[in-house]
Amino acid sequence: MYGNDFAPPEEGPGGGLLGEVEAAEAALREAAARARRGGPAPDEDLEAYFADVIDADQKIEPRDWMPEAYRKTLIRQIAQHAHSEIIGMQPEGNWISRAPSLKRKAILLAKVQDEAGHGLYLYAAAETLGVSRDELVELLIEGRQKYSSIFNYPTLTWADVGAIGWLVDGAAIVNQVPLCRCSYGPYARAMIRVCKEESFHQRQGYEILHTLAHGTPEQKAMAQDAVDRWWYPSLAMFGPPDGDSTHSAQSMAWKIKRFSNDELRQRFVDMCVQQAEILGLTIPDPGLRWNEERQAYDYTQPDYDELTRVIKGDGPCNRQRMAHRRGAHEEGAWVREAAAAHAAKRAEKNKEKVAA
Amino acid sequence: MSKEQTPLWEVFVRARRGLSHTHVGSLHAPDAELALRNARDLYTRRQEGVSIWVVPASAITASSPDEKDAFFDPAADKVYRHPTFYEVPDGVAHL
Repeated sequence: MYGNDFAPPEEGPGGGLLGEVEAAEAALREAAARARRGGPAPDEDLEAYFADVIDADQKIEPRDWMPEAYRKTLIRQIAQHAHSEIIGMQPEGNWISRAPSLKRKAILLAKVQDEAGHGLYLYAAAETLGVSRDELVELLIEGRQKYSSIFNYPTLTWADVGAIGWLVDGAAIVNQVPLCRCSYGPYARAMIRVCKEESFHQRQGYEILHTLAHGTPEQKAMAQDAVDRWWYPSLAMFGPPDGDSTHSAQSMAWKIKRFSNDELRQRFVDMCVQQAEILGLTIPDPGLRWNEERQAYDYTQPDYDELTRVIKGDGPCNRQRMAHRRGAHEEGAWVREAAAAHAAKRAEKNKEKVAA
Repeated sequence: MSKEQTPLWEVFVRARRGLSHTHVGSLHAPDAELALRNARDLYTRRQEGVSIWVVPASAITASSPDEKDAFFDPAADKVYRHPTFYEVPDGVAHL
């Protein structure tokens, strides 16, 4: 039911996206086992050595030499990924106090806690590239780094929590599973952890929608309305079409990215159609139909002008999300200072104890 | 300013009794106790472990990949360190 409708990975344990994650994990271990011994030879060209490691599908590790542009593009991508996890807590956090049952509330709390964890794994991965988390948080707060466009849409009903799980986390997984094979080791390892947990998010969202869609007519209508509003923003999560994607070609060559935006978007659409059928809900696209020749669904592209507007800061909730994040940072300053002062005092006391 | 406020800690978790602690990641915290509590929340949400170590990242000294060969090569010419180096005469049991 979860993505089994496209080819399983080569010799992957189990099918579907989770199977692919496990296969990537196995590949990571293998890559480590057959890693080229030692660093570059003293007379070896560093660029050639780097290209060699990438060609051999081995991992670049924090202390290895890497081109400056590779480092920069990874910092940008991992940081924006981390920011997305942190900002992404807001739309769902909006429904914690209003969840319809204690069970749903406990699940939603666990999920939002996971998102915080994902943010931290990713900040830690970014830090291995020589940038500090404080700098990255600063860049986010000043609006100089971005986060996923999707979190600038409002959660208007409880069903939106389900639609976010199914569509938004679903799109995130389709995007992130290939990143488990990314050439930068710390990022690949973080993605493996994240994808496993993200699968829980996707399934709990799907379950919410399934329950609503098989409930009262009002509940079903609410579920359909949520899917109607989240479908296109979710498709837009894969980024601009291949022709307009600025970083794609280089990222593919460096094996940071494994598939193009449009390839991943297609994969997501093909997965969702069958999942929507089982939900008994409709995907809001009159142009959606099976293409026998391509063995894939034809679908209507999202509005990329809208995507550009949202990325540039003009979506429905951009200001609210940033104001909230900035407010938490500023109002929390005294707590961080108190914790630091307390830690310093304790360290001082310990020193005295050791000296005595 | 806040760079010194929350230093980086490396986190090691032991999954079960009898296994060794394995490095699972890192996090920022003002002191060891908060590092431990955050590590509990961050790395053992799904029963990943029974014991956690946190170490300030600044306390760790790592070998460098540039000198990897020079550093580890001495092991290569000491094959006699492996039991398979030694020939056992035919017919010897339990050796």
